[in-house]
Amino acid sequence: MKPVSKLGLWIGAFIVGFTLFLAIFAPLLVTHDPFAQDLSRRLIPPFWMDNGGLTHPLGTDQLGRDYLARLIYGARISMLIGILTMVASGLLGTAMGVIGGFYGGRIDDFVLFAITARLSIPLILVALAVVALVGSSLTVVVATLGLLLWDRFAVVARVATMQVRTLDFVAAAWAAGCSRSHILLREVLPNILSPLAVVATLEMALAILLEAALSFLGLGVPPPLPSWGLMIAEAKDYMFFSPWVIMVPGLSLAVLVFGINLLGDGLRDLLRTGRTT
Amino acid sequence: MTAPLLEIDRLDIGFGPLSAVRGASLQVRRGETHCLVGESGCGKSVTALAVMGLLARNATRNAVSMRFDGQELMGLDEKAMSRLRGDRMAMIFQEPMTSLNPAYTVGSQMAEVMLRHRGGTRRAALDRAAELLAKVRITSPGMRLGQYPHQLSGGLRQRVMIAMALMCSPELLIADEPTTALDVTVQAQILRLLADLQKDLGLAILLITHDLGVVARTAHHVSVMYAGQVVETAPVADLFANPMHPYTRGLLSCVPVPGKVRPGDPLGSIPGMVPRVEHAFAGCAFRQRCDLARPDCAGTIPRRDFAPGHDYLCQIEPAALVTA
Repeated sequence: MKPVSKLGLWIGAFIVGFTLFLAIFAPLLVTHDPFAQDLSRRLIPPFWMDNGGLTHPLGTDQLGRDYLARLIYGARISMLIGILTMVASGLLGTAMGVIGGFYGGRIDDFVLFAITARLSIPLILVALAVVALVGSSLTVVVATLGLLLWDRFAVVARVATMQVRTLDFVAAAWAAGCSRSHILLREVLPNILSPLAVVATLEMALAILLEAALSFLGLGVPPPLPSWGLMIAEAKDYMFFSPWVIMVPGLSLAVLVFGINLLGDGLRDLLRTGRTT
Repeated sequence: MTAPLLEIDRLDIGFGPLSAVRGASLQVRRGETHCLVGESGCGKSVTALAVMGLLARNATRNAVSMRFDGQELMGLDEKAMSRLRGDRMAMIFQEPMTSLNPAYTVGSQMAEVMLRHRGGTRRAALDRAAELLAKVRITSPGMRLGQYPHQLSGGLRQRVMIAMALMCSPELLIADEPTTALDVTVQAQILRLLADLQKDLGLAILLITHDLGVVARTAHHVSVMYAGQVVETAPVADLFANPMHPYTRGLLSCVPVPGKVRPGDPLGSIPGMVPRVEHAFAGCAFRQRCDLARPDCAGTIPRRDFAPGHDYLCQIEPAALVTA
């Protein structure tokens, strides 16, 4: 294996792991309440600039809230949405793909039709419409994204299932008197998990970006929740005089998505080389 | 003579317009190996799958009767069938490399079969698995139980498959080309193992093969299949001594016999190829390739008896064939 891809895997794993750590232990890590406003201390620059200090290491935003605290709590929202959406869409897409690939015929036609229909729907537009109709909350965002991002899971699961279905050990399982549900869940599913794991990382990155985009447009998680997309949106009015307020969450978002993609790439290489032996 | 364990009477299998098996009948007795020989595509494997009720969904299966230990299998529902499968009748496949699930250890796959049909604790099932691995002559079975299929060689995997098939002490073992994918030494070991297990356990084995060497070594009875029909059935010694059907004779002449075939002599071959058989096909399917073909070979072909237990499907009388 090339050492480069392995390095990517470790960097990706570190970034994702670190963000996850921040998200889980957020209340223990911050020294300030992320919601506490203090208009007398607004737009303090971060510590590396003049006038910056270590009381607020990343400064404060336009309402005087501690930026580091908001960033860490924002990681919580991003990871929560990323993971929940990945799980929801993963379950839905995998179930559809496995059933279509396994049964074939009419059922598969239906699954293919559903995938095609889903692919013809513009993501952001539908998400916008749903949020505009139902109102915005964390649950709505997760549900909407979960119901929209299952297509890649379904495509991959369907094709992988078709390949596994014809292998002899599935025939052997039938010959050993195994039930259909046993064959689906215990024979087929474990053998298609590795490509699905790669898809899962990609979908997670996509979900995090979509949430940021929705929040930026004011249709994601509602303020004052500290979402990174929302932080970018609120900061855009000040970007010419206090550029760090938009740089900090923007850079965080880019690094996290980059990390998840590195993790996915590394995972793919790892599983592929594992397969050839 | 006791009643046969498996008795297939005039089995038909079709795939759409094509006929894969036409009126195949055969019987397998306890403690005996019945070999089903024939070239690729002659219907051997689908016959075996039909017995297990494992044909693909686009296949149609019909038979006058198909009895397993006196129980009629035709029209048996899926639930009852899956209770029989793996418990009283087991099957091993051609490709040991892909017949085990790569995601589980050998032990958990073997235990699974036992737990499914007989229940009991996982511990007991694993003990049984270790006992059977020892029986198929795998050394240090305890260690093998914890290994994954990719850690085993082809020969070992086929032994594991056999041990797995024996978990519930089946009465009938269907082996679909169990040694084709293995090299010759391992092949001999596996065949000897099957013969020994048969002696120990009184297994009835339906062995599917295209290798006449395997037939000579293992079979008690042989059925030769051609284009979906059983063209000749005989006890093994009879078949090799007095092959009657021209196709059987052709097959036997393809095998070099030390002493009979001199080095440098060409091996026998059968000209032409297997015809495409649709449902309306009539007459002998071998007639285009047969030296002895006559005009009436296009008509209805009778099944003729040559000796007790030895019959063949041909227009030509035994006396005329013996001299031919």
